Amino acid sequence: MIKGLLGKKLGMMTYFDETGKAISVSAVEVGPCYVTQIKTKETDGYFAIQIGYDMIVKEKNLNKPITGHLKKHNLPLLKYFKEIRYSNPSEEFKINIGNEFKIDIFKEGEFIDVTGNTKGKGFQGVVKRHGFKGGPSSHGSMQHRKVGSVGATSPQGTIKGTKMAGHMGNKQLTVQNLKIIKIFSEKNIMLVKGAIPGAENNTIFIRKAIKKSAK
Amino acid sequence: MHPKVIALENEIIPKKDIPVFYPGDEIEISIKIKEGEKEREQIFSGICIAKKGIKNRETFTVRKISYGEGVERIFPVNSMFINKIKILKTRKNNKISPRAKLYYIRNKQ
Repeated sequence: MIKGLLGKKLGMMTYFDETGKAISVSAVEVGPCYVTQIKTKETDGYFAIQIGYDMIVKEKNLNKPITGHLKKHNLPLLKYFKEIRYSNPSEEFKINIGNEFKIDIFKEGEFIDVTGNTKGKGFQGVVKRHGFKGGPSSHGSMQHRKVGSVGATSPQGTIKGTKMAGHMGNKQLTVQNLKIIKIFSEKNIMLVKGAIPGAENNTIFIRKAIKKSAK
Repeated sequence: MHPKVIALENEIIPKKDIPVFYPGDEIEISIKIKEGEKEREQIFSGICIAKKGIKNRETFTVRKISYGEGVERIFPVNSMFINKIKILKTRKNNKISPRAKLYYIRNKQ
């Protein structure tokens, strides 16, 4: 079975579960995804499956290499791709190019991990970016939201990776162990408890949780 | 908001016949309470002082005076614990001018 699918974040809403509890959920559109390439040890040096997501109508919105790659196997025009690595695919591993995978590989009550890019926040100081405390605001203090010390006199120089101001957000983040509350299979939408990275329409990768499974 | 979320939200709202009421109305709410296995009903009545939110996020605040002490409760409109809502007095009968939020009542006591 395939490990995960590509999808889209739609936004958040409130959902009442069967016990009457109001929970905040993220609505996620998942799939349908198509297998676009299968990489094997002989041809590529490793085992992997490439899946594509988000059908588009106009051919002019894709570049020629991708269009050629898809047309080789008569696949629909897809926008986003993701490779899923397999360390040791067994003999029963029966996935072929052109196979379609839908939301029904997930079940209600299962746990998932969601990977996506966070919202970009631009150039930010250390208080927002790393949660530094900052200095006192009054009593003659002239250090309000400054960094403070960036190192000792010995070793000389600044150690690599020291937390400083800089670009924040717009980088990959995985949120683990999110529970699937509800699946609307004919709409390809599922409701996931809690927040997921990125803004609306953000492309995300959803896989079964590595660390947690349904009881 | 994404149009697909708006459509989904409209779809999953449970269909209930709750009367239309406004802040200022005196209402009576019968609440389902579960105690272990048993279920019983409790009545909470007071003046609705605020309504907030839309769709599944919609809530209303009810204030009553209990033994000389002001008590406020916030209920989600679509909660399954709300059995029935009855309007005892409209805001016109209560002589409260139409206002969306009646927080000033807290200081009037």
